[in-house]
Amino acid sequence: MSVTIRDVEYVAKLARLEFTEEQKQKFTEDLNGILNYVEMLNEVDTENVEISIGAYRVENALRDDVVKDSFDRDSLLKNAPDSQDGFVKVPKVIE
Amino acid sequence: MEFEAIIGLEVHAELSTKTKIYCGCTTEFGGEQNTHCCPVCMGLPGALPVLNKEVVTYAMKAGLALNCEINKETYMARKNYFYPDCPKNYQITQDETPLCKNGYVEITTEEGTKKIGIQRIHIEEDAGKALHREDGTYVDFNRSGVPLIEIVSKPDMRTAQEAKMYLENLKAILQYTEVSDCKMEEGSLRCDANVSVRPKGSTEFGVKTEIKNMNSFKAVEKAIEYEIKRQIEAINRGEKIVQETRRWDETKGETIVMRSKEEAHDYRYFPEPDMVYLVVDDEWINNVKNTLPELPDKKRARYISEYGLPEYDASILTSSKALAAFFEDTVKEGASPKDASNWIMGEVLRTLNDREMSIEDIKVQPKHLAKLIELINNGTITGTIAKKVFKDMFETGDDPEKIVKEKGMVQISDENAIRDIVNKVLDENPQSVEDYKNGKTKAMGFVVGQVMKASKGKANPQLVNKLVEEELQKR
Amino acid sequence: MHTKTLHEIRELINKGEVSCVELTKNTLERISSVDDKIGAYLQIDEEGALNKAKEVDEKIRRGEEVSFLAGIPMAIKDNICVEGLKTTCASKILENFVSPYDAHVTKRLKQNDAVILGKLNMDEFAMGSSSENSAFKKVRNPYDLERVPGGSSGGSAAAVAAGEAYYTLGSDTGGSIRQPASLCGVVGLKPTYGRISRYGLVAFASSLDQIGPFTKDVEDCAHVLEAIAGYDEMDSTSAKKEVEDYTRYLNQDIKGLKIGIPKECFGEGLNEDVRKEIENAIAVYRKLGAEIKEISLPMSKYALAVYYILASSEASSNLARFDGIRYGYRADEFEDVVDLYVKSRSKGFGDEVKRRIMLGTYALSAGYYDAYYKKALKVRTLIINEYKRAFEDVDVILTPTSPTVAFKIGEKSNNPLEMYLSDIYTVPINIAGVPAISIPAGFVGGLPVGMQLIGNYFDEGTLIKVGHAFERETEFSKVRPSI
Repeated sequence: MSVTIRDVEYVAKLARLEFTEEQKQKFTEDLNGILNYVEMLNEVDTENVEISIGAYRVENALRDDVVKDSFDRDSLLKNAPDSQDGFVKVPKVIE
Repeated sequence: MEFEAIIGLEVHAELSTKTKIYCGCTTEFGGEQNTHCCPVCMGLPGALPVLNKEVVTYAMKAGLALNCEINKETYMARKNYFYPDCPKNYQITQDETPLCKNGYVEITTEEGTKKIGIQRIHIEEDAGKALHREDGTYVDFNRSGVPLIEIVSKPDMRTAQEAKMYLENLKAILQYTEVSDCKMEEGSLRCDANVSVRPKGSTEFGVKTEIKNMNSFKAVEKAIEYEIKRQIEAINRGEKIVQETRRWDETKGETIVMRSKEEAHDYRYFPEPDMVYLVVDDEWINNVKNTLPELPDKKRARYISEYGLPEYDASILTSSKALAAFFEDTVKEGASPKDASNWIMGEVLRTLNDREMSIEDIKVQPKHLAKLIELINNGTITGTIAKKVFKDMFETGDDPEKIVKEKGMVQISDENAIRDIVNKVLDENPQSVEDYKNGKTKAMGFVVGQVMKASKGKANPQLVNKLVEEELQKR
Repeated sequence: MHTKTLHEIRELINKGEVSCVELTKNTLERISSVDDKIGAYLQIDEEGALNKAKEVDEKIRRGEEVSFLAGIPMAIKDNICVEGLKTTCASKILENFVSPYDAHVTKRLKQNDAVILGKLNMDEFAMGSSSENSAFKKVRNPYDLERVPGGSSGGSAAAVAAGEAYYTLGSDTGGSIRQPASLCGVVGLKPTYGRISRYGLVAFASSLDQIGPFTKDVEDCAHVLEAIAGYDEMDSTSAKKEVEDYTRYLNQDIKGLKIGIPKECFGEGLNEDVRKEIENAIAVYRKLGAEIKEISLPMSKYALAVYYILASSEASSNLARFDGIRYGYRADEFEDVVDLYVKSRSKGFGDEVKRRIMLGTYALSAGYYDAYYKKALKVRTLIINEYKRAFEDVDVILTPTSPTVAFKIGEKSNNPLEMYLSDIYTVPINIAGVPAISIPAGFVGGLPVGMQLIGNYFDEGTLIKVGHAFERETEFSKVRPSI
């Protein structure tokens, strides 16, 4: 598998990032370098091997359905670049 | 060419838990914007999700009520997409391991009972609410993290009507189990439809479109109907159907294309590393099973066999949990099932319909309805009066006995008193007496009506009949 | 004063030879005299620190019992939230973010009356092995200012080495505590995954991240670990395991204890001089009566590949929330909301962060998930199994922490793969989730060498026991840089 500039552009779009042509070229090389290295995993026979989600198995970290106090709105919104009337504000989204 | 439609529904129902799915903030509806929030549901750096146990219980309850198998070992997954109302820019949901799978809902069509398959039910979090105003989009995260179940049907429906019936039955079941209050207007029940068409007899599926923004059961039916027609017409014109998302425009009565599916829908699902395996054992499943109430199907069958109600009446009465409860409570308070059913199917539902109200809003108490029926049956009031009393009860929620007493509506069963009225009416209507004597028996009906009117509806109708006949004979 | 250990300082306070206020002022002075050169601190909370010190002095005056950590100055890596202070992750995108809440460890420190001096520099979002990726300034190695302190917790390691705090907290995703500890000549512990709550640690790779302490010696490490470890209901992945009294593992005999030496960690890529120092360390253990056993961990050569897929994929998702909407940097000009995301993120993140987001997004994208992510999760299982098997035969595993001593600033910054290789011995431990500690074990050309001791799940106690035994026999942990 080899990454092309078009792949980089597609992935950048998904990740909400933009790059100059030069950067795209560099990222294409970097990604190919890392992915080449990662290819070594194909040597490993993983047939009949289960996936591991997390470092060791933990089950049922569950919380009781008991209401806790919510946070003060001002403390949650004080970091917002734009807020108004207790709302977080963004440029108009057109569907 | 004749076409058939293939319809599948994706239904989101908000669960009626007290707290959100991954944090302890309240799920209460309303509340000032961004006041039911914390670092977890606002997606602040460093905050982590912890699963609400009750969400699992509720989702299993829905699954069991919908005849699903429970997946005993599952894990959560992230669905990645950027949107301003999605605070982490990923939604924590389930992907490869839904909690419930392979269930069904039964609907009754003209051809008989049909099973609509349920492919899966999974648990996930709701997003915040984005209000689009002139000068920008305003986001409120109070709904962010409210627990949802997504119920994905199999593509088993063939008409818009079937889809509507499926939805109605699904709603009834979710309400019966108290898993969700299913208020479409508050957004606690939402429905998207996948629609495709194919030549009748074909086994392949056509290209499907996804329809969103249907805010009522009616809208679901109309939107699907429209979409089927649109697709058939397009194919007939030689056009190709494009896989896309379309929005139902209620005022225009048409579906409008939103965005092409291929474009940006690469959700990059992967197992949620901030959470752990969810394992449910038989004990938990059985405990949930034991809390399942009698579901609409069973209840309907029981109403027919035990109470002798007609199938139609039984279906209506069991269509919502609240209505069935109202009926059963009325019976419990002493009314016969037939009388209770007649009253509810008649006066109660008619009045609610006229006022655009639902049974949840009614002031009349079942015990009062039972008493009203008793007052008729023991001859205290007439049927005509009963309807008037019911109107009062509907407005005030008062005890019918009190209304009858206060307004002097007790039935007159005193023969002499009624005979006096009869004679007075006959005296005033010599023409009727004449007609009767000439064999026009219809005249008697007129006289009875006049007597009832003169008694303000209070005279015992049987007695009136008898006495009118007697007095006419005498003349 | 600044060269003393935490336990030495505790004793001085307990004897009344120094007050917490004096100590705090002294440390603040030390910071102002050396941090221009080191660059360990991103933020200093002088007022908060002095108030806390005063409060503890009063408690002591009233004769109240105070905790081991009470009144002693420490500092926290800038990806761990402290209410009211900035948490920048050394990124422009969080330059002005003030946390409205405390991380679980912060709460625990506050309960222990720790004096929190401020927040420490790091590689942006903990991505890096040299602390050169900070958006604000580089951290320099106190032993040689031309060299890196390691990373990503470079500020946390350098601050302890240079006497700018008596202990610090860092985070470790693939070696980010142990490698800088090694390069700066201090003790750094990455506990078992789940031993310490991650709540309030800004996630890099959720399934690998773990908070841990930096201290001057193993004894201090035992004290700090005990204070911050334990179950937290706010972190689903935190373990419901009792916290042990780790200090009871100090001063223990290790005769007969089995130490595994994985041959894969002594092959190609290991600097010869570093190898010699580690072999000397092994000789010390042999002398102490430990049984040295050569073992093989053949799967560990795949750990770095697994790491780059898992860590980047998780990071690409974890860092999606930095979008300029609810908090953080928002670009000045944009056309619409999508453009707002793109511009804010493109200007807010540094190159290494973008590189990993790109790699992770690619690995998770349609068509590649099974080939990369799922494959990596399966190989992870095999690596976990390999460690489990290894611990059936040995009590601890000993390796170098890093293949080299501290390298020059700029030396590897243009070659990501070479930089990634400096984590070759530390990364498998995060994949397996077991605990590991880096302990000063020698010097090469005046630069510290660290040895890594790896333990079984939740067996931090044995690491402390084995580490402390080494410290009692050697002087490496007593060496301080001349700055």
